[in-house]
Amino acid sequence: MSNAAAIRPGRPALPEWVRRLPEYLMIWVPLLLSAAHLVSFSLWTIWISFTPSTLVPVSGWVGLRNYTAVLASRNWQIAFDNLLLFGSAFVVLSAATGLVLAILLDQRIRGENVLRSIFLYPLAVSFVVTGTVWSWLLNPGLGIQKLVHDLGWTSFKFDWLIDRDMAIWTIVIAAIWQSSGFAMALFLAGLRSVDADIIKAAQIDGAGPVRIYRRIILPSLWPITITVVVIQLQFAISTFDLVRALTNGGPGIATQLPALVVYDLMFQRSLLGRGAAAAVLMLLILLAVLVPYAAWRYVQRRRALHA
Amino acid sequence: MAALSIRALSKRYANLEVLKDIALDIESGEFTVLVGPSGCGKSTLLNIVAGLDRPSAGTIEIGGRVVNDVPPKDRDIAMVFQSYALYPSMTVRQNITFGMECRHVPRAEQDAAVANVAKLLQIETLLGRKPSQLSGGQRQRVAMGRALVRDPLLFLFDEPLSNLDAKLRVEMRMEIKRLHQRIGATIVYVTHDQIEAMTMATRIAVMHQGCVQQFADPDTVYRYPANLFVARFMGSPPMNTLPARLESENDGLVVVIGAGRPDEIRLRLRGYDGAASFVGRDVVFGIRPECIAEGSRAFSNDAPVLVDAPVDMVEPTGAETMVSLRLGGEPAMARISPDIRPVPGASASFALDTRRICLFDPKTERLIV
Repeated sequence: MSNAAAIRPGRPALPEWVRRLPEYLMIWVPLLLSAAHLVSFSLWTIWISFTPSTLVPVSGWVGLRNYTAVLASRNWQIAFDNLLLFGSAFVVLSAATGLVLAILLDQRIRGENVLRSIFLYPLAVSFVVTGTVWSWLLNPGLGIQKLVHDLGWTSFKFDWLIDRDMAIWTIVIAAIWQSSGFAMALFLAGLRSVDADIIKAAQIDGAGPVRIYRRIILPSLWPITITVVVIQLQFAISTFDLVRALTNGGPGIATQLPALVVYDLMFQRSLLGRGAAAAVLMLLILLAVLVPYAAWRYVQRRRALHA
Repeated sequence: MAALSIRALSKRYANLEVLKDIALDIESGEFTVLVGPSGCGKSTLLNIVAGLDRPSAGTIEIGGRVVNDVPPKDRDIAMVFQSYALYPSMTVRQNITFGMECRHVPRAEQDAAVANVAKLLQIETLLGRKPSQLSGGQRQRVAMGRALVRDPLLFLFDEPLSNLDAKLRVEMRMEIKRLHQRIGATIVYVTHDQIEAMTMATRIAVMHQGCVQQFADPDTVYRYPANLFVARFMGSPPMNTLPARLESENDGLVVVIGAGRPDEIRLRLRGYDGAASFVGRDVVFGIRPECIAEGSRAFSNDAPVLVDAPVDMVEPTGAETMVSLRLGGEPAMARISPDIRPVPGASASFALDTRRICLFDPKTERLIV
């Protein structure tokens, strides 16, 4: 482009920085704005977490007292245990459901496009809607249990929503319904990228469909699996609206999750300092997932460059 | 024993007939090359032989057994693909043993077979690597190793050299041929490259529009192409095919190119009596570029057949000089000595080898004689 400008007679070429101004504006302004928000508010939250702030932010230094208080609270302990259970169950089951759906869709079946849209559709629904709908479906007096009772099977019992031990699984179910379509889409793309000749070669080698999937296709999917797991884990850690709409942390505090604890501390009990400490703890959990992932991506890219 | 017999085989996709009434008998130990332009059906035919695709009609016998309803793994075949189709998540060793693993071959036997094949193909040092860590030529070897280790009745090669660069392709071509001579395997090899077909095959099946045009040894295909398609497909540059007329003169046959023109060319034919019924009719005159040479070349002990022809263009290649010229006004290519450079635009004298002329029927496009 600079050559074209230089040889055009009679018009002085614009200086480099003027010509590139649109690019700078497009890239740097949004980047700086969002980075400033993210970084400044994160730093602000971290600072608050070390202050004795309650209803309004105040300066002062209390060291790690907010953290020890949060970590010692039963609310947080339950939330953390729930997060471990919910996070692992949700990630494993939604990836597995997505993979099974993708493998079934990959059998060149009729109506694939329609089915794919149906499976992906829940992703377009807000978590609040998902939570509300599932809270009706799982409500023993309104939903599935009542339907089965009305059909005549009166001894049928499906009351996980109000069962202290099982309520967390209702969140797992709703979250899987919402996001296994996303896992399916990624896995399906991976399945479709396997070279058809490789499958033919395996057929000639005498491998049955199960062995072809187990030894050849699935091993080639593991980079996609890691991506799916990391994205779902991020979602699991920051889950808020789904639980808020489905169980609101109940019965009691049986389905408490860290994000609900933060909300509870900050806006219902007006303990800004402790809420900030809980938020920082959430950030640390998130980093525990994202930092290894970033490192893995870096190593992968290095290896690809040197291959 | 026929290693592979294909009878009355056809393949139809909806209204599109991609293979029409194919019949081929391939003897044990033969290196058969299926050659043709893309879309001629050669790869479809190979896939049907492998059992990866089903024929619409006809039978396939491998080793005397009808295999139409036999799955690929039980056909006693091995296949090498254009994309190599190596299993990306397995090492070279696992790639080679995968088939044996599926057939539950004992471990010790697997190890011995791998060692054997690795030595034959000189890939011993690569056994622990993944396909992504191999070069194109190495992947090609591994793909062949995977086929060889099976020791099948029939090897199927689907354009295995197309993804290699020109130099490597020539090397691998020789290597595959050497391998065939050493182990005496029966090979069906698909390619669009007529040079691969000529250099490697013991018999060539030239395919076009879903039909086998000619099935013969390379010399016959080259010397006596069954029809104009084969004449124009085989050879680089291909056979010159010029419209001409056959006449009778002093009890002999004369072929006239550019009849009625001031520069018409009349060539006496000897030993072409089979074409006598075409006297007074149009024919297609076919002559290979190497049968047109500089005027000083003697093709035989007889008096040389010389013509003067205007030269259009000269392409020196180092080993020879390619000349495009006009015979009786029709364009033709000649292959002359490298140190002779006729002047474009001027006329030069050329010697013709009239013993190796082909005459074709312009209506049926078939070889007359």
